[in-house]
Amino acid sequence: MAAPVLRLGCAGRCWALAGVDRGSRLRRGAPNGFTFGGIRGQMSTAPPPPLTAQEPRKGAREWEAVVGLEIHAQISSNSKLFSGSQVHFAAPPNSLVSFFDASLPGTLPVLNRRCVEAAVMTGLALNCHINKKSLFDRKHYFYADLPAGYQITQQRLPIAVSGRLTYGVGVGTPRRVAVRTARVKQIQLEQDSGKSLHDDARAQTLIDLNRAGVGLLEVVMEPDMTCGEEAAMAVRELQLILQALGTSQANMAEGQLRVDANISVHHPGEPFGVRTEVKNLNSAKFLAKAIDYEIQRQIKELENGGEILNETRSFDSRLGCTVPMRDKEGKQDYRFMPEPNLPPLVLYDSASLPAGADVQQVINIDCIREGLPELPSVTRDKLVQQYGMRPEHSFTLLNEVGLLEFFQNVIKETRAEPKLVTNWVLNTFLGYLKQQSLAVGESPVSPSALAELLTLLDTKVISSAAAKQVFEDLWSSPGKTAAQVVSEQRLELMEDQAALEQLCQALLEGHPQVVTDVKKGNPRAVNKLIGLARKATLNRADPTVIKKILEEKLAT
Amino acid sequence: MLGRTLREVSAGLKQGHITPTELCQKCLSLIKKTKFLNAYITVTEEVALKQAEESDKRYAKGQSLGDLDGIPVAVKDNFSTSGIETTCASNMLRGYVPPYNATVVQKLLDQGALLMGKTNLDEFAMGSGSTDGVFGPVKNPWSYSKQYREKRKQKPQGENEDSDWLITGGSSGGSAAAVSAFTCFAALGSDTGGSTRNPAAHCGLIGLKPSYGLVSRHGLIPLVNSMDVPGILTRSVDDAAIVLAALAGHDPKDSTTIQDPVKPWMLPSLNDVSKLCIGIPKEYLVPELSGEVQSLWTKAADLFESEGAKVIEVSLPHTNYSIVCYHVLCTAEVASNMARFDGLEYGHRGDMDLSTEALYATTRREGFNDVVRGRILSGTFFLLKENYENYFLKAQKVRRLIVNDFANVFNSGVDVLLTPTTLCEAMPSLEFIKEDNRTRSAQDDVFTQAANMAGLPAISVPVGLSSKGLPIGLQLIGRAFCDQQLLTIAKWFEKQVQFPIIQFQEPMGDCSEILGNEKLASVSLKQ
Repeated sequence: MAAPVLRLGCAGRCWALAGVDRGSRLRRGAPNGFTFGGIRGQMSTAPPPPLTAQEPRKGAREWEAVVGLEIHAQISSNSKLFSGSQVHFAAPPNSLVSFFDASLPGTLPVLNRRCVEAAVMTGLALNCHINKKSLFDRKHYFYADLPAGYQITQQRLPIAVSGRLTYGVGVGTPRRVAVRTARVKQIQLEQDSGKSLHDDARAQTLIDLNRAGVGLLEVVMEPDMTCGEEAAMAVRELQLILQALGTSQANMAEGQLRVDANISVHHPGEPFGVRTEVKNLNSAKFLAKAIDYEIQRQIKELENGGEILNETRSFDSRLGCTVPMRDKEGKQDYRFMPEPNLPPLVLYDSASLPAGADVQQVINIDCIREGLPELPSVTRDKLVQQYGMRPEHSFTLLNEVGLLEFFQNVIKETRAEPKLVTNWVLNTFLGYLKQQSLAVGESPVSPSALAELLTLLDTKVISSAAAKQVFEDLWSSPGKTAAQVVSEQRLELMEDQAALEQLCQALLEGHPQVVTDVKKGNPRAVNKLIGLARKATLNRADPTVIKKILEEKLAT
Repeated sequence: MLGRTLREVSAGLKQGHITPTELCQKCLSLIKKTKFLNAYITVTEEVALKQAEESDKRYAKGQSLGDLDGIPVAVKDNFSTSGIETTCASNMLRGYVPPYNATVVQKLLDQGALLMGKTNLDEFAMGSGSTDGVFGPVKNPWSYSKQYREKRKQKPQGENEDSDWLITGGSSGGSAAAVSAFTCFAALGSDTGGSTRNPAAHCGLIGLKPSYGLVSRHGLIPLVNSMDVPGILTRSVDDAAIVLAALAGHDPKDSTTIQDPVKPWMLPSLNDVSKLCIGIPKEYLVPELSGEVQSLWTKAADLFESEGAKVIEVSLPHTNYSIVCYHVLCTAEVASNMARFDGLEYGHRGDMDLSTEALYATTRREGFNDVVRGRILSGTFFLLKENYENYFLKAQKVRRLIVNDFANVFNSGVDVLLTPTTLCEAMPSLEFIKEDNRTRSAQDDVFTQAANMAGLPAISVPVGLSSKGLPIGLQLIGRAFCDQQLLTIAKWFEKQVQFPIIQFQEPMGDCSEILGNEKLASVSLKQ
């Protein structure tokens, strides 16, 4: 594993990226900060995080940071992992609780087939080895939102092991994509806990068990990442894979994807340092920030002669720093024990499938493999091949929620070249969205409207400058069509050759200095007249035509 | 009529000699009369009468649901019963009314059985005397039998006879007392280390522990999930077979039940045992075994042999380690299973509200007795990271060796093993409580828990009376899922030994009126 070297105080190549998204922290909705394709260089020169802004000390030794992730993804399933209760987000408290979920004595777990299939799909998509036999264990701790006093998980023998996740990070200026790989240690099936709502004023804790027993995939990543951005991009890629598979909605804001990060620093060539765990990171932005903060905190602590405690910390998003978690002090002994009520989970492949097995009772890994949908990496490769776009553009199209679909709809409906569409979608369209903190789904401009606009541009009905103007109108007055805007505002290119010639003649006569300059050997002086011509025609004149007329007239 | 077996009374119902309501009322009346036995924690009179009424209608229309329709049964109070308090004889669950029926309870009800009540036990089934429940100890009906009383008169020691009652064994002592005192025809117990077979032996009953996985545990409040099995207590092997047939089979709510469908069966009568091979495990001949039990054991072996069966001595070399490993595995699972009793969702909740932890501590201290708390502490110790490998893992490995011991013996051609069920006959309570629960459990489970460790079917059959006039039972252990074969052999054995029927004296009174006019002895084992 080649970890980029971090130097204290001077931002290495990771640190230059760590501030991605800094300028748009108020943006709501869909996860952002995953953009590669440069829109107006928004991300290329973000400042390094505040804590890194230290003068490098003379003789300071280098540090390497190591980041591992534990990601909990809620399985997209109608019912819970071991009970028949429904799973819905934001249902009335305690309305989705079976006898088993409330741990009524005598109830027993019954494994949900859908959750097993989701785990196998995810394992296959992450290039894991699927264990044909896996086991369930009880992990004990007393907590009010854990009714049984233990969580059923897969500690000894999980369903999938030894995979890898390939993801891209943006590097360099201009941005290009560098491919990284993080190893997946294991994927295990486990139960979610309920939720505790603490009412400090009344010294009460209210318990909602709707979430108790919902199936989770815990994806354990090896410590193959080195900074917040890598971690954030790895999580984003995982999110895309889960969504493509349909195994999790993986919406971080709704808690369907929760990330814990294990972080340590060490000097190159030395063993890994003591790690801390930063828990419950619920957005990609906070994930990156928390990790980068924690790396810097540890470096600073060690530089100052302190030591790192093996502790659990949480990220305070208001203060932008990590703080030790109060109630998790002291080492927990989870007293793991085999879950006696669940026999080993046995999976089959086509070779090992017993003859005459009931298809309802067995899970065939090969069948699941055959049914896997297209994964994001393949989608991106296709975009690059089909439309000749740059790889970073393909990343941006997938990373922004809904953008790929928008793009494909525009492509479907326009005669314009894919390159033009890519350019407009990634620069103009996405730029407007970002400026107004909108998700793709909230755009006032529909794919058809943009498609029509681009067709008008492509067929030279309007100039490129006019097209921008039309787009702005479409944005502010949703419902109008591009053709309507063009005709209302008379933005069509002027085709009347005589009128254009007349205009040019008038301009030449009105600006003798320009004529002199050109004749003295400065051909670029003519650009001023082209600009004036565009202004005079309200962008309706094709600049190439104007230039040609002016040059002809100047030559005579 | 009450003195008859389930099969006989079932025939009586079908032939219209008695109606379910009449039968139910007779049982209720006997339950009241024998209240001092403390067999029942809850008597479900209304439920039973209502069920009997429904059953009456079915019989009147000739639409009986089968052998169990209209049959009074009792259920150990660690099976969840919808709308009926289920306490596990613990303060922790006093007042807890489950919203669902255990699968086995539901199956009995679906077959038309009448639920007479919930029977007493050791708290959370932890014990071998039925003396350690919050509702007080269960008294063995044989304490009041003519057979026992007559022998005692010869030894003038019981000035205070009433305080010198005998224990039933346990932990399903309530169920055993209920069947033994004729207040029902069958009862559900649970069997984790012998909790059904042990009281069956002490109360002169058939106690069946089916193969692990044959009968659903859904709704059985667990002691040790990997060993718990619903047990069946009846007055004859045929009756146990009828109940087992009603209960056995896959339950989608219990993933450890067998997938293969269980076909309904009728127990055949075995006439020829010459093709059988009976194994006598030499390790079961322990110094603590009472001479009387040993002699009956030998007689039984001789009986099989004289009837042509091959009787051989076999070895189960890891037997000695079994009870210790059972203790480790049992307490570990207990510690885990009991974690849910925190006072939040159901059951007892302490008053302490300083913090959630303080609430847990108070709730659990008040809710559990010393035995339960002691097992939780031991189990927690065994599961600690630093101890897991030395205790839990090792115990599991030894468990595997014990399973292999049985497998080797059965693979060598042995059909069933014949062993004692208990070391001796039922003790007077005063003597029993001289040792603590843990010591007694270790002594009393010595012959029985290995079958739980290995998941094998086992049955205790009463074979005779001791010199004190008390029942002694012997155990037959069969191959996994060969419950039917085991029962068939047990039925033959039962017929040979002709165990006497209990005859009551005061304070039970002369029950012949309730039990039926026929001579009691003639009721037994009619073919």
